[in-house]
Amino acid sequence: MALIELENVEKTYDDGTQALRGISFRIEKGDFVAIMGPSGSGKSTVLHILGFLDRHTKGTYRFEGKTIDDYSDEELAHIRNQKMGFVFQAFNLLPRATVLENVMLPLLYSSTRPSLREQMAKEAIEAVGLSHRLGHLSSELSGGEKQRVAIARALVNKPEVIFADEPTGNLDSASGKIIMEILEDLNEKHGHTILLITHETYTAETAKRIVHILDGKVEGDNGVNQRRRAHDSFVK
Amino acid sequence: MTLQDSITTALKGLQATKSRSALTVLGIVIGISAIILMMALGSGAESLILNQIGGLGAETIVIRPGKEPSGPSDFGSTLFANSLKNRDVEALSRKENAPHIVEVMPTLVVPGSVSYEGETYQPSIIGGSVDFFSEAFQVYVQDGVTFDDADIRQNANVAVIGAKVKEELFGLSDALGQNIAIKNRKFRVVGVFPKKGQVGFFNFDELVIVPYTTAQLYLLGIDYYHEIIVKAESPGVVPRTVNDIEATLRETHNIADPKDDDFFVVTQQALVEQVQVIIGALTLFLSSVVAIALVVGGIGVMNIMLVSVTERTREIGLRKALGATQKDILLQFLLEAIILTGIGGVIGITIGGVLAFGASLIVQATFSSDWTFVFPISAVVLGVGVSTAVGFVFGIYPARQASKKSPIEALRYE
Ligand SMILES: Nc1ncnc2c1ncn2[C@@H]1O[C@H](COP(=O)(O)OP(=O)(O)OP(=O)(O)O)[C@@H](O)[C@H]1O
Ligand SMILES: [Mg+2]
Repeated sequence: MALIELENVEKTYDDGTQALRGISFRIEKGDFVAIMGPSGSGKSTVLHILGFLDRHTKGTYRFEGKTIDDYSDEELAHIRNQKMGFVFQAFNLLPRATVLENVMLPLLYSSTRPSLREQMAKEAIEAVGLSHRLGHLSSELSGGEKQRVAIARALVNKPEVIFADEPTGNLDSASGKIIMEILEDLNEKHGHTILLITHETYTAETAKRIVHILDGKVEGDNGVNQRRRAHDSFVK
Repeated sequence: MTLQDSITTALKGLQATKSRSALTVLGIVIGISAIILMMALGSGAESLILNQIGGLGAETIVIRPGKEPSGPSDFGSTLFANSLKNRDVEALSRKENAPHIVEVMPTLVVPGSVSYEGETYQPSIIGGSVDFFSEAFQVYVQDGVTFDDADIRQNANVAVIGAKVKEELFGLSDALGQNIAIKNRKFRVVGVFPKKGQVGFFNFDELVIVPYTTAQLYLLGIDYYHEIIVKAESPGVVPRTVNDIEATLRETHNIADPKDDDFFVVTQQALVEQVQVIIGALTLFLSSVVAIALVVGGIGVMNIMLVSVTERTREIGLRKALGATQKDILLQFLLEAIILTGIGGVIGITIGGVLAFGASLIVQATFSSDWTFVFPISAVVLGVGVSTAVGFVFGIYPARQASKKSPIEALRYE
């Protein structure tokens, strides 16, 4: 059973924009998939649908074998909380909260016992190498550090899959490299499934597979022959 | 998410916009302190007025002869009616007739003047019982003694006089033991009332009280009474006792149809009820003014919550992406509104209480009245209840708006 399975998924926005025109692909557990395509091709739309942030208008989306039409909004929120982690291009941290508080946020909406929350958050922060910044306000951090906090937040519930929408888009290459190393590590050492949106080929080639999207359709879906190591890919 | 998490989250949200929250809540603070002030002043005024008119005691019942006057022309008729006699006093004194009557006193009004060694004065001369007067009006003989039941039984020629009467007749010299003349009859002064002025229906300074037996027999030479005053156990049994009195007197007077009554009963109850109605109406009027203030305050809260929801669209989207349900978001924003107005309520209660206390000091100093500072617990409960209710009513709409935001709209928001 695939973790994620899209069959002819279409998305038409309320204003009539047809963002997706029949997308099909599967993602197995433990996979590392990059989605590439020009601006406006529908990459973010796919990711929103996969992450239950939005609903598709046609076709079938199965997550862990069940179609999402079977779930109520509340159940979707719960799955999102337990099995999915998000990393956005714009970081989306709470600026007036500390690093620790930001990372603890998903635990607030889970059934994790309050006494365990801090420990779990600290472990996630440790994993992105920011233990020394625990008590800082997130607004005091550099862009690269912010994105590492966002990754820690995505990790903290030990999700099945991490969705990352251009996580290096707002970063310089050195910071971007660190982010990619962390994602690579999460996939290889901890078995997290990763779905990464990017428009940079050298970033996409750290993944095991690249899905090309154009005008709301899958244009190509190929394994990466010569995978780059994140460590090397940014040495330009 | 536990309730504690929700509250912590809401508190953090408010903390982020401290000065704005403080300004927003000002309307609620003013509204609630107005409620508290109003309630405190209202109950203070009520107990003051009731104390004043309650001079004759709410448990006192007056029985008058004749028909109840229905207009000014009827008024004189009661004075000449002779229907209240000693058998009525005896009948009313029997427990089986009126179990809740504590004491019965017939009274007579004696027209005329008093004199002492050439000085003459025109006071109100009442035939009655000093003990009853003292009990009913809380005015007690200061110099000397009262006359007692034995004096009344023996038609004694004794009198208790008011402060003004004493001054007019005796000046600075001692009045006790001296004999004053009423209608050529000598009465020994046994007691003097302290200076009290008007209490209830009587100006005690101008009063001369002699035993009602003596007044009836020797001063007026009649076989009836002008009034019978009855004291009930408590104000609560007054209505029941009025019924008992009417039934008893109809029996002694052989009256079958209440229309033929040759007596009527007056209580303070009606007056007390009237005052309560007036104060109630006043409170209601002021309450509606305060209610308007609270609605305005509530709209202010709603407005600021809507602004806050818009400003925090991104935060809402993020929380949803991280697993917050609609319910979580709704609760977060609703709690923010309720905590905001609740804090306003607590501040308002404090300010209202302080203002009410200050007002009571001013009233006491200015009118030297026995105004008491009342700060009813019900006002605190009401203040907290109303302020949180305002938060709920005016917070629910913005909170719903927040909870319905779609996460992608919210995350896209710039
Ligand atoms: N909420 C929306 N309402 C209407 N149209 C939308 C909405 N969101 C996206 N679109 C449109 O859908 C299409 C796909 O948008 P999408 O954001 O998925 O592109 P993208 O591939 O992520 O582009 P980029 O690389 O610039 O981020 C675009 O034409 C876009 O304008
Ligand atoms: Mg995009």
